[in-house]
Amino acid sequence: MDLFEYQARDLFEAYGVPVLQGRIADTPAEAEAAAAAIGGTVVVKAQVKTGGRGKAGGVKVAHSPSEAKEKAEQILGLDIKGHVVKRVMIAQGAQIDKEFYFSVLLDRSNRTFLSLCSVEGGMEIEQLAVERPEALAKVEVSAVSGIDKAKAVEIAKAANFPSELVEQVSDVFVKLYDVFVKEDATLVEVNPLVLTTDGQILALDGKVSLDDNAEFRHEREEMERDQLDPLEAKAKEMDLNYVKLDGEVGIIGNGAGLVMSTLDVVAYAGERHGGVKPANFLDIGGGASAEVMAAGLDVILNDPQVKSVFVNVFGGITACDAVANGIVGALNTLGDRASKPLVVRLDGNNVDEGRRILNEFNHPLVSLAETMDGGADKAAELASK
Amino acid sequence: MAIYLDSNSKIIVQGMTGAEGMKHTRRMLAGGSNIVGGVNPRKAGETVDVDGKALPVFGTVAEAMAQTGANVSVIFVPPAFAKAAIVEAIDAEIPLAVAITEGIPVHDSAAAWAYNVEKGKKTRLIGPNCPGIISPEQSNAGITPWNITGKGPIGLVSKSGTLTYQMMFELRDIGFSTGIGIGGDPVIGTTHIDALEAFENDPETKAIVLIGEIGGDSEEKAAAYIAEHVTKPVVAYVAGFTAPEGKTMGHAGAIVSGSAGTAQAKKEAFEAVGVKVGKTPSETAALMREIINSL
Repeated sequence: MDLFEYQARDLFEAYGVPVLQGRIADTPAEAEAAAAAIGGTVVVKAQVKTGGRGKAGGVKVAHSPSEAKEKAEQILGLDIKGHVVKRVMIAQGAQIDKEFYFSVLLDRSNRTFLSLCSVEGGMEIEQLAVERPEALAKVEVSAVSGIDKAKAVEIAKAANFPSELVEQVSDVFVKLYDVFVKEDATLVEVNPLVLTTDGQILALDGKVSLDDNAEFRHEREEMERDQLDPLEAKAKEMDLNYVKLDGEVGIIGNGAGLVMSTLDVVAYAGERHGGVKPANFLDIGGGASAEVMAAGLDVILNDPQVKSVFVNVFGGITACDAVANGIVGALNTLGDRASKPLVVRLDGNNVDEGRRILNEFNHPLVSLAETMDGGADKAAELASK
Repeated sequence: MAIYLDSNSKIIVQGMTGAEGMKHTRRMLAGGSNIVGGVNPRKAGETVDVDGKALPVFGTVAEAMAQTGANVSVIFVPPAFAKAAIVEAIDAEIPLAVAITEGIPVHDSAAAWAYNVEKGKKTRLIGPNCPGIISPEQSNAGITPWNITGKGPIGLVSKSGTLTYQMMFELRDIGFSTGIGIGGDPVIGTTHIDALEAFENDPETKAIVLIGEIGGDSEEKAAAYIAEHVTKPVVAYVAGFTAPEGKTMGHAGAIVSGSAGTAQAKKEAFEAVGVKVGKTPSETAALMREIINSL
């Protein structure tokens, strides 16, 4: 889960990372009240998970509460690279002297952690990495020993921080690593980290990605409520791994790799059938039961964009008869709500029994496919009608 | 011959007495794997009857190894306790530990991996979040359906479990020396490259199927490795051309790997070194079939 800026700010504050005041507002009136509560000059910042907010007009300075209201009116509803702004953060203003960059992240390639740091912050980090790679320090961080004070000093020195700032910034690095480890993050990024004219170090903007696998040891319900699409939220409630996409063919499969592969095969088939595309990613997992299948079908059939559904299951751990029973159970439960054609491809463990169950069920909306490619083609064809 | 796992492998199961552990212990036994016991500190000293075979339960991996001569551990311990289970296997210096568990926090797998490196990598870790490893007609350490394919000349290494099954199923008439599911998690113990190296050195393996998916740069590294070190024919499949950009793939992540991690980038990396890439699993199987027929 990627956090919004205001969520990252709140998390930083909880760990003692120096941040400025920030309050969220969903309406211009709330923005005005927030600006009044903070006082002085504020910055109205669009809360969207994409870069380039400033250029798109999503960040504006306001010198009074009424001006904050006016700016919030301009920003709320703005479309920034396909993200519609539903919320702004009213942030306290700061007098910035210098801008820096710091991040700590999972380095998948080397199976360890890594810190990136630069005294040239503010600009997009991808751009810095390409244009001035020598200005970006990369310091490996052990997943066992982490960033202690000594490591933090090493990072600050590697990034060429002036010696009078090393002590101050390294304290902040240690705290940011605390956020990274204790919150089970895969990325903690501060850009910019600033030095104010009165000598304070502040985390002015942050990006944090949290590891979903670690949810069981954290309280994240509140953060999540602000995150999801309604269909995704429903799927999450039922423990389904679902991602909404922009297409017409609903997809259900078992195992992330097979489902991804199914999306590809359906997209190729769609090229032959009016350009239809997959409507979602839905992995019902290894031990797919009847209940899980029913829950998955329910979510997909609730998507008004979906015109046909392709169920693609390879019975490894899951037996095909269990999947077939799941489909029968789901269609019986859904009754009239099951109004879209289903193409089912089963293979592997107990496939004959699975196919027998579906043939016997003989539901007018269900057709069986022999192969994955054949099933994808059929589902794409049905969705194009 | 096969790689990492063969008919001499003696397997213990960490988490054998749990529901998943028991279900798959039964299946592995049915498929002919030599399971010699289980590990569960709370049930140490008990004996569990699995379809007529009495399996002893030990308190620790080290004790199980000492008593049974086990050289492989399959781990079915739930996510919250999986790190401790892997670390225990590393401490016992078991030659092969296969972590099936799905949903382990990445900080835990990163810490376990760092620990293994610190200890001198005496344990080969496969996984986590993988179907395990199977050398058909010899041994099966994991959850791959044992009867899906027979013995043969193809070596398979895959990030995805169900795509592994799909590929083995499509090529079951030819058969496999060993199939390894390395897992799709960000931090895993055995990589595409490790498996390629082992298959290259295995005389029974004549050709290799490599299955990748979006994220990370394991496929790009594998392509570079193939160009330098692999003489046997390789075909590849990459899943995720139409998947949305990974939600957890932040900006900084892409900089580190020097790769976009997209399916397209991976496909191009393979093709640049002469590895044919199938557009679908069935096309990939057909490419492999052509290669085997031409050998």
